[in-house]
Amino acid sequence: MSDLFDSFPLRKARVHEACGAGASGFAAITAARAASDVLWIHETWRPEVLNPVGLSAFCDPAKVLVAQVKTQLEALGVAEETLRDGAIPLVVIELSQPLTLTAGRRLQLAAKDGDTTGLCLISEEMGSNAAETRWRCAPVFDAQDSTLMAWEIIKNKAGTLGVWHVRWDRASRRLDVVSPVGERPGSARASG
Amino acid sequence: MWFPRLASDRVLRAHPVDGPFALTLKQNNANRIYCLNAQAERLGLHRGMSVSDARAFCPDLQSRPAEPRGDMRFLHVLRRWATRYCPWVGLEGDSGLVLDITGAAHLFGGEAMMLSDMRQQLARGGVSGRIGLADTRGAAWALARHGEGLAAPGAPMAALGALPVAALRLDEGTVTALQRLGLRSIAELEATARAPLARRFGPEPLLRLDQALGRQPEQITPLAEPPHYGVRMTLPEPIGLQGDVMAGAARLLERVCDRLKAQEAGARALCLTLRRVDQEAQSVELRLARPLRDPARILPLFERGVGKVEAGYGIDQMRLEATRVEPLPVQQLSHVSTDSRARLDDLVSRLGTRIGLENIRRFLPADSHIPERGFIVAPAAYSRPEGSWVSLRPRPLRLFAPEPIAGSGPRPPQHFRWRRMRLVTARATGPERIAPEWWLEDDNWRSGLRDYWHVETRQGRRLWLFHTPQRPGWFVQGEFA
Repeated sequence: MSDLFDSFPLRKARVHEACGAGASGFAAITAARAASDVLWIHETWRPEVLNPVGLSAFCDPAKVLVAQVKTQLEALGVAEETLRDGAIPLVVIELSQPLTLTAGRRLQLAAKDGDTTGLCLISEEMGSNAAETRWRCAPVFDAQDSTLMAWEIIKNKAGTLGVWHVRWDRASRRLDVVSPVGERPGSARASG
Repeated sequence: MWFPRLASDRVLRAHPVDGPFALTLKQNNANRIYCLNAQAERLGLHRGMSVSDARAFCPDLQSRPAEPRGDMRFLHVLRRWATRYCPWVGLEGDSGLVLDITGAAHLFGGEAMMLSDMRQQLARGGVSGRIGLADTRGAAWALARHGEGLAAPGAPMAALGALPVAALRLDEGTVTALQRLGLRSIAELEATARAPLARRFGPEPLLRLDQALGRQPEQITPLAEPPHYGVRMTLPEPIGLQGDVMAGAARLLERVCDRLKAQEAGARALCLTLRRVDQEAQSVELRLARPLRDPARILPLFERGVGKVEAGYGIDQMRLEATRVEPLPVQQLSHVSTDSRARLDDLVSRLGTRIGLENIRRFLPADSHIPERGFIVAPAAYSRPEGSWVSLRPRPLRLFAPEPIAGSGPRPPQHFRWRRMRLVTARATGPERIAPEWWLEDDNWRSGLRDYWHVETRQGRRLWLFHTPQRPGWFVQGEFA
């Protein structure tokens, strides 16, 4: 099996995608790994808001800026400008509609110009062809731990696919890769 | 120059009223007349009278609350207007101006012509004013309040002699005492022996007398013009290309920034007005994420706004004004680079021109147990990151408005449906009781206490459920990462 850390701190100067129920958690962990500020683009009509108190388990909420936009068009405009500028190394974009080929490519070019990373939070089957990697993230139930997640890389332009079980260590703010539930010693019953 | 009815004139200019009119001000728990118009004065009303008395005298009196601050602003406006006569204009009390017209009168064709011009201008503006013109400040004050007109240069006594002693800017007690001694006019006061007067009243009356007669000097303090950060440029030929407009804007910006630099200020909001040949004006507003006075950094931010302007037949006048200015002291350059902060602020300003500066926000911690009030969302341009984030118990990463689910009893349901998903509770941690903040009105918390549970489902989703024991029901309010 390939190593998560070949592809996980997301490759710079590219735009990536994450889908599934754990996509926000994936974005939060990515933000925790980012060196400085993060711009989180949020469409105002969405009922779900980011909770900074919950985010503080992953990274310092002081480094997160939220851009409230009305439409996806505005979101893409803001994202492109920020990616190209390079002052903010990570841009998280919540998307509600699939990206067109042009839009996806423009984001990639902007990220390349600014040497920044973009992460689109999408729903399933909304992926864009231009994405560098696409991750499917889902929380997994585990009897001992309540931060276990399954991260599956389902598209990778420069590497192999794979699936990993990861755990976020709140105290040390560290990501641990663990073996899948069923294959862990002493957890035969839990997998049942 | 004295404005005896400044306050009521100001209000009547905006809302003309026929008949007696008065402004009232609450003093010592009683509404008293603060200022009144000529008609009301003729009916026997006077300042300081209580409003109920005035109404008894004059049932059709119209009144309005007074606004002394607005009056002061109006006086400053008049001060600015008065600089058309001479450059040295100061305020005199709360309803007068003092002008030093030395060397300026001949520009209006002499002192008498200047006075008539002032009267004409004031009458046209609907402000009643009384003007005294004399060699000294004291004499001019006396003439403006008690009698009108102009004292011949070099002989103040001729004009002042007949005026009452009250014209000497003395307090009321002194005036009454002088009158009791039989000294009613300035001429009589002048004729009295000085030593007994000084013993009886102190130096004050004689000082004022000397000031009025020019034996003691007295200064005028002209107010400084407030700094103005607006410049404009008129072009001989209309322009229409975006590059040309930007070049013009660059020139204007340079001048504005020089002024800002001289005042150690930085612009927070700028407005570029472009007037077209057909008199149509379009403006480009720019709000900055932090005060700036560096033309090289501000200019690129205008590009987006200027690109949207319709040039039509061409633009022939440009005006740039810093509409909001904040102090920005000169700072020592440091070898430790602060470049990234500046870059971030520039980016925020640029995004602000796209989606509005207040839509770029940051989180600030707030002191509340209520999950949705545990943080403040503040515009990033007007706040700095501060405070520390403490969460004693795990909190969800995503919050949403409570979504009801089927369930009963104080423990989380074993099976439930949420967002068309069938979920099975595998582990529930809780309850954590949060009581509403009764001191704040909040419709969402009408249902009373909430018992929060961290529910981990066998399907993986980790949800934040709550139960309202006072009005039984189960809701989902958030999702953990």
